[in-house]
Amino acid sequence: MAAARNDGWMVKIGLEIHCQLTGLKSKLFCQCSSDYRGMEPNANTCPVCAGLPGTLPLLNEKAVELAGMISLAFGCKIPDRIMFYRKNYFYPDLPKDFQITQYNAYGVSSIGAEGKLEYIPGAGSGADTGGKTARIRRVQLEEDPGRLVYETGSMESSPFALIDYNRAGMPLVEIVTEPDFIDPRDVRIFLNKITSIVEHLGACDTSLEGSVRCDANVSVRGGNRVEIKNVSSFKEVEKALTYEIARQKAKSDREIQVRSETRHWDDARKVTKESRTKEEEQDYRYFPEPDIPSIALGQEFLSAIQSLTPELPDDRKARFVSSYGLSPHVAQVLIDNKQLADFFESCAKINRSPKEIANLIVTDLMGLVGDDKKDSGAIFAGLKIRPAHIAELAGLVDRGVINRNTAKQILGQIVKTGEMPSEVANKTGASMIQDADSLSKAVQEVFRSEQAAVQDAKKNPNASNFLLGKVMQLTKGRASPKAALELINKKLKEEQARPD
Amino acid sequence: MGDLYRLTASQITSGVRNRDFSAEEYICEILDRIEKVEPKVNAFVTVNKEQALNQARILDRWIRDGGNVGPLAGVAVSIKDNICTKGIRTTCGSNMLREYVPPYDATVVTKLQNSGAIIVGKTNLDEFAMGSTTEFSAYGPTRNPWDISRVPGGSSGGSAASVAAQECAVSLGSDTGGSVRCPASFCSIVGIKPTYGLVSRYGLVSYANSLEQISPMGRTVSDAALVLDLISGPDEKDHTTTATPAIRTTGGDIGTGADADKRGLRVGLIKELTAGADAEVSRIVYGAFDLLSSHDCSCTEVSLNAVDYALASYYTIATAEASSNLARYDNLRYGFDMDPEGYEWNTYFAKARSNFGPEAKRRIIVGSYVLSSGYYGKYYLKAQKVRALLKQELKSLYKDYDVLIAPTMPILPFKIGERVEDPLKMYLADVDTVIANLAGIPAMSVPAGFSAGFGVGVQIMADEFKEQTMLQAAQIVESGAGVNRSPDL
Repeated sequence: MAAARNDGWMVKIGLEIHCQLTGLKSKLFCQCSSDYRGMEPNANTCPVCAGLPGTLPLLNEKAVELAGMISLAFGCKIPDRIMFYRKNYFYPDLPKDFQITQYNAYGVSSIGAEGKLEYIPGAGSGADTGGKTARIRRVQLEEDPGRLVYETGSMESSPFALIDYNRAGMPLVEIVTEPDFIDPRDVRIFLNKITSIVEHLGACDTSLEGSVRCDANVSVRGGNRVEIKNVSSFKEVEKALTYEIARQKAKSDREIQVRSETRHWDDARKVTKESRTKEEEQDYRYFPEPDIPSIALGQEFLSAIQSLTPELPDDRKARFVSSYGLSPHVAQVLIDNKQLADFFESCAKINRSPKEIANLIVTDLMGLVGDDKKDSGAIFAGLKIRPAHIAELAGLVDRGVINRNTAKQILGQIVKTGEMPSEVANKTGASMIQDADSLSKAVQEVFRSEQAAVQDAKKNPNASNFLLGKVMQLTKGRASPKAALELINKKLKEEQARPD
Repeated sequence: MGDLYRLTASQITSGVRNRDFSAEEYICEILDRIEKVEPKVNAFVTVNKEQALNQARILDRWIRDGGNVGPLAGVAVSIKDNICTKGIRTTCGSNMLREYVPPYDATVVTKLQNSGAIIVGKTNLDEFAMGSTTEFSAYGPTRNPWDISRVPGGSSGGSAASVAAQECAVSLGSDTGGSVRCPASFCSIVGIKPTYGLVSRYGLVSYANSLEQISPMGRTVSDAALVLDLISGPDEKDHTTTATPAIRTTGGDIGTGADADKRGLRVGLIKELTAGADAEVSRIVYGAFDLLSSHDCSCTEVSLNAVDYALASYYTIATAEASSNLARYDNLRYGFDMDPEGYEWNTYFAKARSNFGPEAKRRIIVGSYVLSSGYYGKYYLKAQKVRALLKQELKSLYKDYDVLIAPTMPILPFKIGERVEDPLKMYLADVDTVIANLAGIPAMSVPAGFSAGFGVGVQIMADEFKEQTMLQAAQIVESGAGVNRSPDL
């Protein structure tokens, strides 16, 4: 893994992230619904998004606003005037056989440009000292094409392709970074941050399948750039990049030139593959879209979107640290997934033990979330958990009714049944053993059975922790650790006073 | 009766409204007329017989019941076949759309129908409006009603011929580089290309979006102006109309309208264009010039330097936009009958797209070339610079002149087939008309005289949204030229 760092290999990774603006009601250039998922094929189309002859695009102003907010969140400059361009290419999923998009080669006219975004690299990535920065080359607004559907699920084995234009014309924001990443793990952290930002802006429900897509390009030692497509999730992006870097290094070691190409990520075999179709050098013949005159934005637009922008993840994290007293690390984990952060705040509203709540969420509840759901917006899918559960559970721990270990067990039960924590605790008798009688009985029994350890502990006070562990085991974790340890130490002193 | 078909739009509406004759009687006569002259003229791709008769009957019943009627009540209109009509096939003169029936009406069509007009048919055109003769149609050439061995001009040749041959009272064409004014001149009728953005393009099948406007045609200035009034105005379905002021041209009452300028108009005659025309054409243009002079207009000859580059700029921009607009005709979603079974999609697209005619293919290829990477700055961008210069030069001319006049076409109608093999020569004939499209200004052709039995139109151009002024000048020319004749068919 160390090889992924900038140790002479000069790994360069750039990203292209496509994010559907599912927060909008309608498509980018017509009134069709943006909520096309689950609809009968081609039911969500009109003459405009089907590209029928004579139709004209009508720009969704809300899309410009949202894309502007996204651009600001990424520290981009917003030009005074934006334009749309046509990108011309033939493909069956493209109703007009061109895509309306933005283009900066003839002067900056995309909604955002020249931004930068800081992120905190994970532990062990070699830059624990603080944040890293990735530059954002541009943010642009464009339309999504339709979808090719293969009967068997794959192009290779299907005798024909079906086309569904329900998605055609969905508003899409494309975020393009400079090749500023050197470590695939940083990429994943960065992508989580982007997801959290668009979630906080209400721009995109990232739990919807295909609402966020990422292509990556990577090169080593200044060699040719390889584009990786078809990556289904952010975790897979990290794996694909790790694989691809290893592949390119191996080539480089043997002095074989890396070909400039597009490779597809094979999810099943966990390798990147050459694209089956021959990629020709495409000439997209960009030119300004004549049906959408250039749009003046100016100061008024900027003020408007600034006032519309809700609290963003970085500010929210700072607030979590200052108002709730959370550690920066715990706050970061919560913030990285808006759903988690919202859940935390809902709990904290019910019960004012924010630290305990955060602990329960970050360590215990997250332990129950499947790996496949951790980066998704549907993090609690399948778990019967509500804020009231965690709030009550935190209260029980805070009041010393149960210990954290018990809380964790109870949580395991709640997510399956949806019962309230107090019910579970009563039913299983899980409340902490606090009374001196039951506790001293347990301690006495341990002292009897663990003679050697007792002798040990008499000389070495640290060894009393072993005895505590045994007491906890005996009481099935229900003993109050504090009370038990006091009893153990007291008894040890008595034993020491007694001559051998 | 028996000659209702000759009436102008305003005569028809008042006749129908006062129940001098019924809309049904009139439409029947129009349909008879169409049946009689179509074999010679071929102005229509589709005649909308049943529906037109039905609408006429509904209108008559409505009037009998005392209902209010619109300003075009009962008037037979024809619509160029690149303007979408719900339920009526819209072919664009192309094999690519041989079976295409739009599911929606163009905004202008809705507006016309709301004002009581009756659509009698869809008119022939050069494929996707690319041409100046109406010979490049998959549905056969349209013939000039004044001499059926000659071209009617184009690309709205079907519309112009249908109006001249009295198969309808007025028509809607489209003008991208002269496509309404050229056939108006060749067929001796009036054609008005409005200011860019005055009329909604929603439903006009795009050839070159930044240049074209739907444009009314009629046998008189007031008929064409009446239609312009009804179809103009901002449309929320077309972004390029939204910054447009709603203007009224005061329809049939231009010369004496309240806004009419009592002071004589300041008229400039563009020297370069008049000098470049055939002697007969230039004689008639100077005739109109003198006529305006005698109507208290101050007339001066002026120079327009950017003329030299206008044609090159036009063909660069128009073909670039066309190459992209015509990409969608891959026969996957609509078009004609061709089974995709067994084709890889690229092969299928190529095979389907081979059904474009020669002129469309030529323009797609030229347009793809000028947009290709590395050539954008050399062609497309340079063309846009010329366009900006031309606009600037005209803007400064309009400080001193209310209208500019020039020939509409530098030549008289030629024989069918005469120029088909020489596209460059054909393009050169557009030199007078493309200027208004590049600059976005209003321009119209009005009959100003006859030469060897053919009408010759004079072109009048005004500044942006100064249609009213332009129409005043046109009415002077119209009234003085005395060219109110009909072809023998």
